[in-house]
Amino acid sequence: MTGHSKLEKYEDNWQTSMGGWFPGEKVVLRGKNVFTELNDRSWMEYLLFAATGRESTKIAKLMEGMWVICTSFPDPRIWNNRVSALAGTARSTGALAAAASVAVTEATLYGLKPIKGASDFLYRAMDACPDKDDLEQFVKLELKQHRSIFGYGRPLLNGDERVEPMLNFAQSIGCGDGEFVDLVFQVEDILMNSRLRYRVNIAAVCAGLLADVGMAPMDFYNMMILGFSAGAVPCYIDASKQREGCFFPLRTSRLNYIGAEKDRHWRL
Amino acid sequence: MPNDSQESITTRIWSEEAQPDNPFAASVSRCSGFDVYGDLLKNASYIEYLFLLFKLEPPTKNQSKLLEGIAIALANLGPRDHAIRAAMNAGVGGSTHASALIAALSVGAGNLGGAREVYLAMQYWQQCSTSIDQWQDLIIDPPQQERLDVWHPMEHPPGFDPNGVSCPQPVIQTLEHLAEVGGTLHLKWLCENRTALEGFTNCPLAFSGVAAAAFYDLELLPEQAEMLFLLLRLPGAAVHGLEQEKLGWRKYPFFSKGFKVTE
Repeated sequence: MTGHSKLEKYEDNWQTSMGGWFPGEKVVLRGKNVFTELNDRSWMEYLLFAATGRESTKIAKLMEGMWVICTSFPDPRIWNNRVSALAGTARSTGALAAAASVAVTEATLYGLKPIKGASDFLYRAMDACPDKDDLEQFVKLELKQHRSIFGYGRPLLNGDERVEPMLNFAQSIGCGDGEFVDLVFQVEDILMNSRLRYRVNIAAVCAGLLADVGMAPMDFYNMMILGFSAGAVPCYIDASKQREGCFFPLRTSRLNYIGAEKDRHWRL
Repeated sequence: MPNDSQESITTRIWSEEAQPDNPFAASVSRCSGFDVYGDLLKNASYIEYLFLLFKLEPPTKNQSKLLEGIAIALANLGPRDHAIRAAMNAGVGGSTHASALIAALSVGAGNLGGAREVYLAMQYWQQCSTSIDQWQDLIIDPPQQERLDVWHPMEHPPGFDPNGVSCPQPVIQTLEHLAEVGGTLHLKWLCENRTALEGFTNCPLAFSGVAAAAFYDLELLPEQAEMLFLLLRLPGAAVHGLEQEKLGWRKYPFFSKGFKVTE
């Protein structure tokens, strides 16, 4: 016990180099005037600077390619999008729908956990196996400890139709030839020769592409928080334009009850 | 009391006294004057405390029973309910648990079976009370949005199910139980006039309509009713979300057969 709360010195005292609004005068982000120094940036360049402090048209372009090619499927069956479709059919608002879809995107099966996890795995693998001699052993140990490797294997199907177009796009802007991308496919070779026969999915490919331009797992995560939103918004719009309540309605017989005996009575 | 130089939070709901050694921790917390941890914790039921939080006065026995009845009726509307389906979608993908509730809140907020519908139905009660003629007029000639809002315009009379056929038994059971335990004017009137109202709306009463009547009898404001309707449905969202997380995406509908893209 210190005798004083650790909070005391922070009372009415928040210091930040991130930026802020100077009412009626200017807006500052990481020391730059938004109106005069950042005003000609694309939104993705602005986000990159905000999230990572980096100024790079190339990384912003790479990131934007990922948002378009990899994370904006307008399919209302995909679980995060389905939340937006349900919000549309139940006539909620677009912002509530998008907020919920963004929150749900922090999933294990897809979305933000594999994104962060794949990036973390590649950095750890590169650290542990700089010469790749022990890579197979490293991969096997990872599988033994966690039963899966983020960025490899996929629900519903093995293989990922996004890999080729994403790599093509990356190469068109001068990315895709780095050591992390090599590592991504070396790991895939190891897994394809294991009993799991996991193929690489887009999370590992994007993680590799970004690691080759120096983006750390947290950078990738922060840049992808909103990356799925362009898939969710059309699902909301579509469901809200069709008859209310009609997005895949379920009759009572669609419940497969496997619980306790069906007819019990509460104590009186 | 805050000193004059500091900004403060103004509230009728909550007051605190500081721990002697720490101004950032409370030694006593009071809700509308009642000592929460020294008195309510031992002597109030959860439902009574919930009522106190919203109304700032303790409930009567009938009010308690009425709110408890609403809470039980709404706690789980079942896994076919849109809001609960939203939570289960978080579950099957292994999303964070908070996101399951966020999804349930977002989807359960709307005009169809959601909290906004309850808010609007409360306004109908405020306007019509127990005048069947006014209900008929309002249903036939509902208010129109004058300006675009973030909410969609209503597509059906609030409190009624546009996709329903006859009033489902659980809705009737809830209405009758609440009218009995509450002993209140508007719920009783709704029991007696449900079929007439359904004749005007051409669709059956829904849970949202029963909830609105009950909240109106508890003398809640529409925005308080909207909040409670969001809160009270969360238990079902939580348990169904958790259950589907365990069962996994393979055992959850993906609607592979029913989805068709029209170019």
